[in-house]
Amino acid sequence: MSRWRESERSYSNPWRGPLRHYDILKEATIGFVIVLVLVFILAITFSSPDVPPITVQAWATAQPAGFVDIALTELNGTSTTATYGPPYNTGTGSLQSIGPVSLQKFFGVKYPIDTAKDFVLNPLSTLPGFPALTAAIATYKHASKATEARWVSNYQARMNRLSLGSSAVIAQMASAGPVPELMTHLLAMAQSGALDAQLLTQSSFYTTNYTNPVMFIGDSVVAQPKSYWNKIVTADHLEGNQWGVMNETGSWPGQPWMWLYTMWYQVPPMSNSDNVDVEVLAIMTVLSLALLFVPVIPGLRRIPEKIPLYRLIWRRYYRDPEFTNVDTPAQRP
Amino acid sequence: MHGHPIVGAIVNLNHPDHYIHWGFILISVANFTVIIVLIVLFVLVISVPFLKGKPIKRKSYQSAPMDGAEEAPEGWTGRGRRLGLKYLPPDKLLPDGQPSYVSSWVYVFGVLTIGALIVAILSGMVLALEGPTWWHLSSIGLFVNSLHLWSVELFMGFMTVHLWAKFWMAAWRGKRWLTWMTGVLAFLVSIVEAFTGYLSQTNFDSQWIAFESKDAFNSGGIGAFFNAMNFGQALMLHIVLVPIVLVLIVGIHVLMVRIRGVVPPIGAEPAHLGDDRSSSTAAVTLEQGDVGKGNAMEVGQ
Repeated sequence: MSRWRESERSYSNPWRGPLRHYDILKEATIGFVIVLVLVFILAITFSSPDVPPITVQAWATAQPAGFVDIALTELNGTSTTATYGPPYNTGTGSLQSIGPVSLQKFFGVKYPIDTAKDFVLNPLSTLPGFPALTAAIATYKHASKATEARWVSNYQARMNRLSLGSSAVIAQMASAGPVPELMTHLLAMAQSGALDAQLLTQSSFYTTNYTNPVMFIGDSVVAQPKSYWNKIVTADHLEGNQWGVMNETGSWPGQPWMWLYTMWYQVPPMSNSDNVDVEVLAIMTVLSLALLFVPVIPGLRRIPEKIPLYRLIWRRYYRDPEFTNVDTPAQRP
Repeated sequence: MHGHPIVGAIVNLNHPDHYIHWGFILISVANFTVIIVLIVLFVLVISVPFLKGKPIKRKSYQSAPMDGAEEAPEGWTGRGRRLGLKYLPPDKLLPDGQPSYVSSWVYVFGVLTIGALIVAILSGMVLALEGPTWWHLSSIGLFVNSLHLWSVELFMGFMTVHLWAKFWMAAWRGKRWLTWMTGVLAFLVSIVEAFTGYLSQTNFDSQWIAFESKDAFNSGGIGAFFNAMNFGQALMLHIVLVPIVLVLIVGIHVLMVRIRGVVPPIGAEPAHLGDDRSSSTAAVTLEQGDVGKGNAMEVGQ
């Protein structure tokens, strides 16, 4: 019999050493009451964070030109969302893999997003009483892809001269075709709050899916380092490169148990990799499986025997005669 | 940004945190404090002397043997009961004694973890009664949310100390691998449960976490099944599916602790481990006939 198997057999035997009184129900009750009291003390002392979510309305009001810049990339299909890849579309902009293996690609498009239609044209088409807007939408839809791209490109060239917070959105520009009309109405719609509602309710009265507005606003996070959302999350140390996964708004503790997960994002080569997310996911999967299967992994399962913290935990058993001389089976009546 | 009034807070944390920047490590003071407290707690619980206990002298912790003339229970139910009584007799399920080496504060943290889980479930039930956005509009709701948050922080903290301790005790020894694995599974599922809870807050934090985490899920193909920006999906996972799985795993874990007992100290006396080949004391027990089973005990926590 191997040494490991023999020790397994010994340690699984019923205990025949000294015993002591123990009341499991009493301990459980006391433990629960202590926790309950602690929770009440912490809740009364520290409360809990509750910062309201941001909206497209707040973003478009704070940074009108910034909003229009992003809307133009949604319209011509060059935004982060438009080029993301699965599960939103067939792009490759955010497609990640480990070597030739990409589970992201394997599972394909699950929540299709067409940014031009879903973020711009469809919401605009719900606005009643604007014949010029209706005509502009029709003109844009019936133009060739090359013409659409030229219009948007010309408009972007002028918009790029403006700061993100500028409200001087260009309403007339012949070389941009219907784009100024579209953007003027989209900005007004966003600033009124109507776009928030439209992005949510395109498919149903009831909805719990916030993918469209979050992705729309999120495109500004990637494209504009000083965007409305970026400035807020950076101030609160919530960015990925700020170990933001484990942080919380204000000064409350967040999810400190995520420290190892977020640490890998800061470590080369992952920190410089285009596949950082899937690489960290793979590392954490391997580490989690290792922790799960410690009992059957030779070497790992013996680490505690090499670093004798256990001698501190069981020091009374190792040192106190009460634990070795009292009430052994042979002395029992 | 930080516009919501804080109700019932003695210490106001509603301001930008301080951050410690050391090399590539960047951590908020709040998170750093939690980790330091856990480490100090861990050191304390393994080093502070435990309360003295009374030795126990008793012949048996086993249930009374069945009368030979008595007919064994039949059918699935009867066999199930026999099986239950074989592996988990009442005195194992609700023990009033334990091996004397169970004498350290580390043993308290399993119970504390379950206590915090119960408080989290109870406070979550109150939040569920009023709906997911109630706590933004009501001072009582905010307080209940605070109870929920802090019970979760304690739950994860206690469980972490419990996990650290069990690792350094090599608690998987003696065919206790299933006890260890259900414990680790409970920890991993708890992270999922906490994460879906953060996604369900319907506030700035949940909005940002949903946006940031989607890339991790998408990159591994998980995004095809779980959309972090779908609040309804996150909420249903948080309040229905994941808690059921978590409670089930914790339940199996506790039963395994009861069935297998608390792991003995590394290098425990052979006689205490019933190793009859290396102990004259145990040999005497063998000669007494009943292989000492009547004197043996398996309890745990």
